[in-house]
Amino acid sequence: MTEAAVRVDGLLKVFDVPERDEGLKAATKSLVRRKTREVRAVDGISFEIAPGEIVGFLGPNGAGKTTTLKMLSGLLYVSGGEARVLGHVPSKRERDFLRRISLVMGNRNQLQWDLPALDSFELNRSIYQIPRPDFLALRDELIELLEVADLVRKPVRQLSLGERMKVEIVGSLLHRPQVLFLDEPTIGLDVTMQKRIREFIAQYRRRHGATVMLTSHYMADVEALCERVIVIHHGRILFDGDLAALAGTVAAWKTIAVVLENGAGDLSEYGEVIHRDGDLVTLRVAKSDTARVTARLLAEQEVLDLNVEDPPIEDVIELVFAREAVE
Amino acid sequence: MTVTPATQELRKESRLRSLADFYVTTMRTEIQTQFQYRAATYMYLLGMVAEPIIYLVVWSTIADSSGGEVNGLTAGDFAAYYIVWTLVRTMNIVFTPYGWEWRIRNGELSGQLLRPLHPIHYDVAQFAGGKIPWLFYYLPIAVILTLVFEPTFDVRPAEIAVFAIAIWGAYLIRTFNQTALGLVCFWTTRVGALFSLYIVLELLLSGRLVPLTLMPDWVQTLAWFLPFRWTFYFPIETLVGDLTNAELLAGLGMQLFWTLVGIAMFSLVWRFAIRRYTAVGN
Repeated sequence: MTEAAVRVDGLLKVFDVPERDEGLKAATKSLVRRKTREVRAVDGISFEIAPGEIVGFLGPNGAGKTTTLKMLSGLLYVSGGEARVLGHVPSKRERDFLRRISLVMGNRNQLQWDLPALDSFELNRSIYQIPRPDFLALRDELIELLEVADLVRKPVRQLSLGERMKVEIVGSLLHRPQVLFLDEPTIGLDVTMQKRIREFIAQYRRRHGATVMLTSHYMADVEALCERVIVIHHGRILFDGDLAALAGTVAAWKTIAVVLENGAGDLSEYGEVIHRDGDLVTLRVAKSDTARVTARLLAEQEVLDLNVEDPPIEDVIELVFAREAVE
Repeated sequence: MTVTPATQELRKESRLRSLADFYVTTMRTEIQTQFQYRAATYMYLLGMVAEPIIYLVVWSTIADSSGGEVNGLTAGDFAAYYIVWTLVRTMNIVFTPYGWEWRIRNGELSGQLLRPLHPIHYDVAQFAGGKIPWLFYYLPIAVILTLVFEPTFDVRPAEIAVFAIAIWGAYLIRTFNQTALGLVCFWTTRVGALFSLYIVLELLLSGRLVPLTLMPDWVQTLAWFLPFRWTFYFPIETLVGDLTNAELLAGLGMQLFWTLVGIAMFSLVWRFAIRRYTAVGN
């Protein structure tokens, strides 16, 4: 049996967070007696990721996604439970482990700010002890894939956020990591750049068989790259499975987008009108009624175009969190 | 898989080679960075010269007004002391506890912890690389100070050789001491007060503020048993003083001892400190 690339069992991370009320009085009081609150950032989660798999790790801000990635990449010690990545305990930060992983964070700079990225790449070659021919081959391949040949000769400080992100990604992959933790890799980038980076991640994974764990607030990233998602909230896993199944499991409705020959009239008798844009009307209907409503629309209206879709993934995720809050 | 002693030896050799490659590459990168900001670096260096010039002017004036010498040191001796002082100071600048405070608070340490190499290697290599352009920048300053203050030098080749080693010994002792101090940030977040205390002790007990021969006997005795003296006074004394070969070697031995103590102290604190890292700031 193939060993999981990532195996997490009852993983727990507790932070002691100092807290006090506002004002001088509270500040003075805290000199004598400091109050702390225990925060369970990650609360006993378990999952496995197979080698070569790409998994989306979703959740709102503060859900525990980044903390989990930091534990899996060895930055944070765990408070309980167990984590293994490529058979290693991450917090031991063994050289063989660190040489085989990479953590890319969308808002962090790992390159030499004042020098062209090529110099930082050279530094990475010496840090990761990459044989020079392998280094040059992969460096040039990554530069070509991300189309950054004209950027890597400029001082990093003169690059835009999007340009820097692309160059950062090249730097993070030069040692050919087998496991890639991507934390918001497209944050703050424009749509074109997001798409380019998404395509690149998919290509890298295909070419090198890497295991990828990805967090992103852009559902387009997740939809384009991940078949499986893990949804986390308040440090606990709410869902772990196929992205397609998530909508089926959680949302009890579908959407029907319809364009009529004679323009959009009142379609409220068919379902809840949730969007109207010129002749295009989007209806929300109960999942069990979808076939019947579709048949009625086709029979009773002059339909130019009709699409039945699962609800947008953003809505589904929101629903998962809302349901958790009620429970 | 069986790991034979021969395999272990090979791995060790390859590891040392890789480490050497890393040091050379990092130093080269740092030299390029320094060249990028050569004007700022030069101004920083000029600013740094203010400290020894103040000491030099004060002691030269005292020497002149006290019949030409203070405790056997002439104005020329003071000039020699503080000109070498400037070079030693340039060479023993290290990554400070403030640097650690900043890198822990803003999460910059995370990137370094992800590398398969302890961050201390980067600090040692980076600052060592910075010394090379600084040495070039120092030379014209030394020439000007020599012309203005007319120092008295009487140097043997053995002293020059020991000095060349001693300035790196001073650099290592200060690196490990200040790193150990910087790691306190893992508990306290801020380390300014503790670092100020360290600097006060260093000023008094290292020969940084005043040549140690001008201090009371008990201070000189105490200084011999502490690390500070070996980071300023000893390297300066190798060129300015009149040490025997045995004293020169003993000084290098003390530097080695304090470097090892620094490494042990830093390694011990690191083991506990790193468990407290919260990787905040990014």
